[in-house]
Amino acid sequence: MLALFPSFLYQLKIMRRAILALLIVVFWAFPARAAQVQEFVLDNGLKVLLLEDHKSPAVTFQVWYRVGSRNELDGKSGLSHFLEHMMFKGTPTTGPEQYSRIIATNGGRSNAFTSADHTVYFATMSREKIGVEIELEADRMANAILDGATFEAEKQVVMEERRLRTEDSPAAALGEVMGAVEYTVHPYRRPVIGWMGDLEKMSREDLRQHYKLYYAPNNAFIVAVGDFSTAEMLTKIKGEFGKLPRGAEAPKIKVEEPPQRGERRVTLKKEAELPFLAIDYRAPNVKDPENFSLDLLAVVLAGGRSSRLHQELVYHQRIARNVGADYGGLSLDPGMFSITAQVMPEKQTEEVEKAVDAIVERLRTEAVGDKELEKAKNQVEAAFVFGQDSVFGQAMRIGQYESVAGWRLLDQYLEGIRKVTAADLLRVAKKYLDPDQRTVGVLIPVKEKAQ
Amino acid sequence: MKALTAAVIGLLSVVSLSASSDARLAPRRAVLENGLVVLTSEQRALPMVTFNLLIEAGSRFENAGREGTANLAARLLTYGTRTRTATQISEALDFIGATLSAACDEETATVSLTVLKKDLQTGLELFTDVLTASTFPQAEIDRQKQSVIASIRAKQEEPGEIAQEKFREALFRDSAYGRPVEGTSESVERVDRGALLQFYEQYYRPNRAILAVVGDVSHEEILGLLQKLSRSWERRNSPSQPPPTPSPAAAAVIRVNKDLTQANILIGHDGVPRNHPDYYAIQVMNYILGGGGFSSRLMDSIRNERGLAYSVYSAFDTDKYAGSFQLAMQTKNESAGEAIRVAMEEIRKIREQGVTQEELQAAKDYLTGSFPLRFDSNRRVGAFLTQMEYFGLGLDYMERYADLIRGISREEVLRVAQSRLQPDKWIVVVVADQSKAGLNNSLDRGKGP
Repeated sequence: MLALFPSFLYQLKIMRRAILALLIVVFWAFPARAAQVQEFVLDNGLKVLLLEDHKSPAVTFQVWYRVGSRNELDGKSGLSHFLEHMMFKGTPTTGPEQYSRIIATNGGRSNAFTSADHTVYFATMSREKIGVEIELEADRMANAILDGATFEAEKQVVMEERRLRTEDSPAAALGEVMGAVEYTVHPYRRPVIGWMGDLEKMSREDLRQHYKLYYAPNNAFIVAVGDFSTAEMLTKIKGEFGKLPRGAEAPKIKVEEPPQRGERRVTLKKEAELPFLAIDYRAPNVKDPENFSLDLLAVVLAGGRSSRLHQELVYHQRIARNVGADYGGLSLDPGMFSITAQVMPEKQTEEVEKAVDAIVERLRTEAVGDKELEKAKNQVEAAFVFGQDSVFGQAMRIGQYESVAGWRLLDQYLEGIRKVTAADLLRVAKKYLDPDQRTVGVLIPVKEKAQ
Repeated sequence: MKALTAAVIGLLSVVSLSASSDARLAPRRAVLENGLVVLTSEQRALPMVTFNLLIEAGSRFENAGREGTANLAARLLTYGTRTRTATQISEALDFIGATLSAACDEETATVSLTVLKKDLQTGLELFTDVLTASTFPQAEIDRQKQSVIASIRAKQEEPGEIAQEKFREALFRDSAYGRPVEGTSESVERVDRGALLQFYEQYYRPNRAILAVVGDVSHEEILGLLQKLSRSWERRNSPSQPPPTPSPAAAAVIRVNKDLTQANILIGHDGVPRNHPDYYAIQVMNYILGGGGFSSRLMDSIRNERGLAYSVYSAFDTDKYAGSFQLAMQTKNESAGEAIRVAMEEIRKIREQGVTQEELQAAKDYLTGSFPLRFDSNRRVGAFLTQMEYFGLGLDYMERYADLIRGISREEVLRVAQSRLQPDKWIVVVVADQSKAGLNNSLDRGKGP
């Protein structure tokens, strides 16, 4: 049960490059039984995406609700994530916290997470036991008890989670402030876990309303990957979820962030050891055809030890302890292309920023060499295959694509990567890695006062 | 043609998959002439191969005064060999999208490689090179030392890491187990090229290592490919080095002041090594106490009932020759005292009353039911196989595991709760804004029977 805070989000984004190839690769490895995602839609509007994968005895089953902090209002930040916690407090037939116990005694592992765009519940179990998870998820889609005696204690738990993940974590705290500056009207400006003041005021009625508005089969979809037969799995899902009524159409969020005219800067002073630099450029999501180039640009910048930022900042100049670049295209509305660097002791953040700028500027004026482009493509393709190593990772990938742009876009991914030319990278870097379209965040360490 | 072969074998393996999960792993074992133990598990579903090498080259083998040698040696493996510079190695690895990494702890170092099947030869060549021909160039040593010293500083930003370090220092007093693996900034400065070369020469030897190879390659094929590694990597018998013997730890309350909103709390004492006869009873007991995620007693009383923490757990860390028990949680500064009292009360209860039949059954069901699902990726299988060999569990361990757990009785759980949870030995570490946490040095130790 967690809110996607920046570093976890970062891990997920790393995973994204890794997991895609599944369809293509499994296809050639098993020509006689081409593994493909199978899509079904139940009468009540629930979409079901199934992918058989028999290499281990595990099955992962995930329910994705199309609701996250993006759907919240000012003063109610953190509502989706709080609701996710309360979904473990039982139904008329399952007591508080019984869900987790039932899954565990059946040998399964379960959890949930919330992001800006979605709320996801999942369990990984054996083929024989996965039916238990399906029954429990169908039950809590319609019958969750949200206003029990557990409300106040769970609110404290969420506040502890916020302290743990954001307030006492310097890089995450910087990320939160940056979000609030990067977006002026779009709901992405609010943290997924919510502001402390909003959490304190959250009421049972808020939870009930949110649940009623967004938790219905027609505002959710299922992803299952693993050791099952599609026919059996579909029958079980239809049996449990098919009886739930279609809900009213969920409200649509149509907020457009106005154009940015000039760089924004933000600093955060906090007890920390080393300064930290983050640069976020506005970028389109994966629905934009330039998404392949943006992924490759991130690899050219910081994919592996031979990448440009690593070579220059970490290896040659020794001014950064580590560097990262990530294209966050898997968001419903336009997101960010991020560059991060942890500054070495006794080095200046300005120096690191200048070095990053020089490297980014070169990408905007000079075409990447053939060998370097080929290397980046090879890295993306290999990471794809490695990413299919676990069923959970594959399901995450399918779910993220479905949530944002439809899972079928996955089919075009490798082909899209292969088609990118050096001229594409130059054009896309020029367009999106624009200093006027970025927010620069700097963590300034403050030494502890009391001792 | 290659792809076709893979496809046919892939189909065959699918046919044989209907058996139990253990049959899917089908690990095989061989010992090369130079003493290297090789374990393989053929997994044809994906065109990738993972190498996982575990070697007895941990920090306890390094010389006093040069703490951090083992860690630096592991980090520097991929920074220069007789025929390749650091940059050539990273270019070669990145060009095939491979990942090659090395790390170390107190007992062992691990070197892992994941590579696409089509790049197996190239990958294995690099792997062999770093294990047998690393040269530790001076310029790279300087870089890595600087980087390690920065990591040591960065760790001070993480309250959980600080608590862990203080705990180990107090528990494994005056021994290598009590020192941070990466050393201190002062000791790292003292590590020179001579010390690194000597460490590499002495401890990076095949007769101290276990290699697991998992993926799209057969046992026979991989043994053939390992010929070169077998020829170029010579065994060397080093004098046996008995494990460290820490001075007996004293119960203590250790407080570290930091400008934080939460108190990071760690409570613990010594534990048992992996081969201890109580290992399985301890696993069951700890699952019920605080190892069982959302199903544990600590989670219930500290998180669910009182809302004191987001995360709370307990764990027995069992290494080859030593072990520890730890209970960890984070709560707002002001409720540190309450959280510690509740945790201690749970320990008192399990020591006095043991567990119910229902709890015992639920623990067994989880542990036995989830066990085969742990091996859901090649990388996990590789890591597991090396551990299985290192701890001498035997190739049939996966078949035996369920019975080892099912045989545990309520009486045994009570006995290990009483003997392995020892309130009079508690070392309590609290990293917090101490002015708000308001703890004193004499915490109630809640002695049980």
